[in-house]
Amino acid sequence: MARTIQIENVSKMYRLGQIGTGTISHDLNRWWCKLRGKPDPYQRIGKVNDRGNSGGDYVWALKDVNLNIEQGQILGIIGRNGAGKSTLLKLLSRVTAPTTGDIRVKGRLASLLEVGTGFHPELTGRENIFLNGAILGMTRVEIRRQFDAIVDFSGCGKYIDTPVKRYSSGMYVRLAFAVAAHLESEILIVDEVLAVGDAEFQARCIGKMQDVSQQSGRTILFVSHNMGSVKKLCPQSALMRYGQLVNFGDTQEIINDYFVGESKNQRKRSWGKSDPAECDEIELHEISVSDKSGSYDSVIATDTPLQVDIYYSLKKPVHQLRVSILLMTNDGTVVISSSDMMSDVENNPRQKGSYVSSCSIPPLLLNRMQYVVRVDFEIPRSGNLLSGHYVDFDVSELTVNQLGRTISPAPPGIVHPLLDWEVKAA
Amino acid sequence: MASINPPTNIVIPESDLRENKSDWDLVINAQHNLLHIPFSEIWRYRDLLLLLVRRDFVALYKQTILGPLWFLIQPILTAVVFTIIFGNIAKISTDGLPHILFYMSGITCWNYFAECLTKTSETFTANASIFGKVYFPRIIMPLSIVVSGLLKFAIQFLLFGCFIVWFFATGASIHLTPAIFLFPLLVLIMGMLGLGLGMIISSLTTKYRDLRFLLQFGIQLMMYATPIIYPVSSVPEKYHWLIFSNPMTAIVETFRYGFLGSGALNITTLIYSGVVSIFILAIGTIIFNRVEKTFMDTV
Repeated sequence: MARTIQIENVSKMYRLGQIGTGTISHDLNRWWCKLRGKPDPYQRIGKVNDRGNSGGDYVWALKDVNLNIEQGQILGIIGRNGAGKSTLLKLLSRVTAPTTGDIRVKGRLASLLEVGTGFHPELTGRENIFLNGAILGMTRVEIRRQFDAIVDFSGCGKYIDTPVKRYSSGMYVRLAFAVAAHLESEILIVDEVLAVGDAEFQARCIGKMQDVSQQSGRTILFVSHNMGSVKKLCPQSALMRYGQLVNFGDTQEIINDYFVGESKNQRKRSWGKSDPAECDEIELHEISVSDKSGSYDSVIATDTPLQVDIYYSLKKPVHQLRVSILLMTNDGTVVISSSDMMSDVENNPRQKGSYVSSCSIPPLLLNRMQYVVRVDFEIPRSGNLLSGHYVDFDVSELTVNQLGRTISPAPPGIVHPLLDWEVKAA
Repeated sequence: MASINPPTNIVIPESDLRENKSDWDLVINAQHNLLHIPFSEIWRYRDLLLLLVRRDFVALYKQTILGPLWFLIQPILTAVVFTIIFGNIAKISTDGLPHILFYMSGITCWNYFAECLTKTSETFTANASIFGKVYFPRIIMPLSIVVSGLLKFAIQFLLFGCFIVWFFATGASIHLTPAIFLFPLLVLIMGMLGLGLGMIISSLTTKYRDLRFLLQFGIQLMMYATPIIYPVSSVPEKYHWLIFSNPMTAIVETFRYGFLGSGALNITTLIYSGVVSIFILAIGTIIFNRVEKTFMDTV
């Protein structure tokens, strides 16, 4: 098989403090301080950077990444926030250049870091299809040839001559994705764009991408936090951690590695000074999963009632805060989602201070396997504040096996809730 | 099968390397060429260029009643105001030309230059959201601005032509001179000048936002340093070097000489303007090329 992308020793360095503060006056001031041997007055201090080799002013967002991608391969890239996934995609899509190293590409490369780039609200759907297609690198002839298919896929046929500012947000996204889905490039780079749109449309997009890659041998690089879609789409994945590629192989294996690597303390994880988990509003201290006696290291059986405790402080009052958990299996399949909006806490706004949000998981619900609890702080309809922190735990004793006896250690299913049975003569 | 090569493990034989170089369509790294203008890429993205021009036109006058008529109203109203203030109240000489024609000739040229300059100077900051998500040759953006400015200029120039015909028919003392054949050259120089300056400023504003404010009134002040509201002949002889050091001066003067027959043709100053515009465009390209690869990290 031919190589289509060859990434060789690629590193990307971001400078902290030296740029980005903006104006000439700051630069002059900085220069003046340097001249007198004083430290940079605008240097960001006190910010711990967990992105590896941080030597003072510099941060390596990517460090010595080497990767070869074959033609026709569909590769997932997994890693937590700040692991360098997006930086890698940015380099590949030529949004910014690497500090060192070379990336060699064979064939036409199109990147979808966002759908609907360059959409102009005043233009009609038709005009935007052409504009957006051209921005993504299609020629007018190509777009015209695909036009009907694009309109069909988006399901916006009736509104195609209406300015897109009158579209519902769903229609807007569908139209934008329809254009992207019909890109005729040999290599496609997709970042998280599937996170928008409804579930049915997401499924169609994944289907479309699979079709295209199978038919025409297209290479796809896919970044997502949704382990489900990575698993569905990509046979193989690469795992990134602190700006480096740490593992590569079958997606299932990589996802397991991802969850194992991310949770050091299993059932109880704390974040502190050296490894903060915070944003402007919230500082997360600890997530723990305990049994009824409050223990973190006991054996959990399927009939053990569990409690998830989330300790955090609010740095300022937050309106409409939602602290939610996602209970997942270790391959990323979501089992349960729930949030503390179910409690009757005063939430308008939730005042500054320390809190613990606790959630009880009833006994005789889970199966005998490893679970991951992910905690997200969000404001519904507005956005994520702090997300993606995990703990995991093992349910290792099966109290009631509803199948009686199974060959494998656990009965099939990602949950095993106790159901009622009755047998009567009929 | 794909693989991760550990960094220590990369030993590529010489021959392999040489073969690779011709094999890859695209190499992404930190290098940039100073004076490189990617003509083949621009050609590949020509449809984007045209669509951007179209977008500028269509989107600008959506939901307006008068629509593209605004292209005409703007210079007419400006010329009328100038006529009243500078012509009738301040009584500044117009070289014996009808006031409206005199001001309109200046405004038409100046508008094109000013539009190219102000709009290209916003290239990076105004399009950061697009540039941050997708690659296309960055130079397409400023080029599309120059082209759509050219269309607008063409419309305003036609208007100016109508006025010439009207005044000629009513017996005003104007006449065309052979210098009108220099007209395409004048447009080219103005475009290069606006594009070059705009690229310099847009590249610098990625880091220094101050320049935006400087440009806003700088362009107004520069108009007074260009013979838009007064003829060069009204400037004392000893200051001519100063006024002609502004490359726009020769352009406006030649334009007026060609279409209205006032003043005189001065080839030396025109050549000077051409050389300056090429020089500025070269500097603009160099700075633009330096910035375009990594501006997303600073903007």
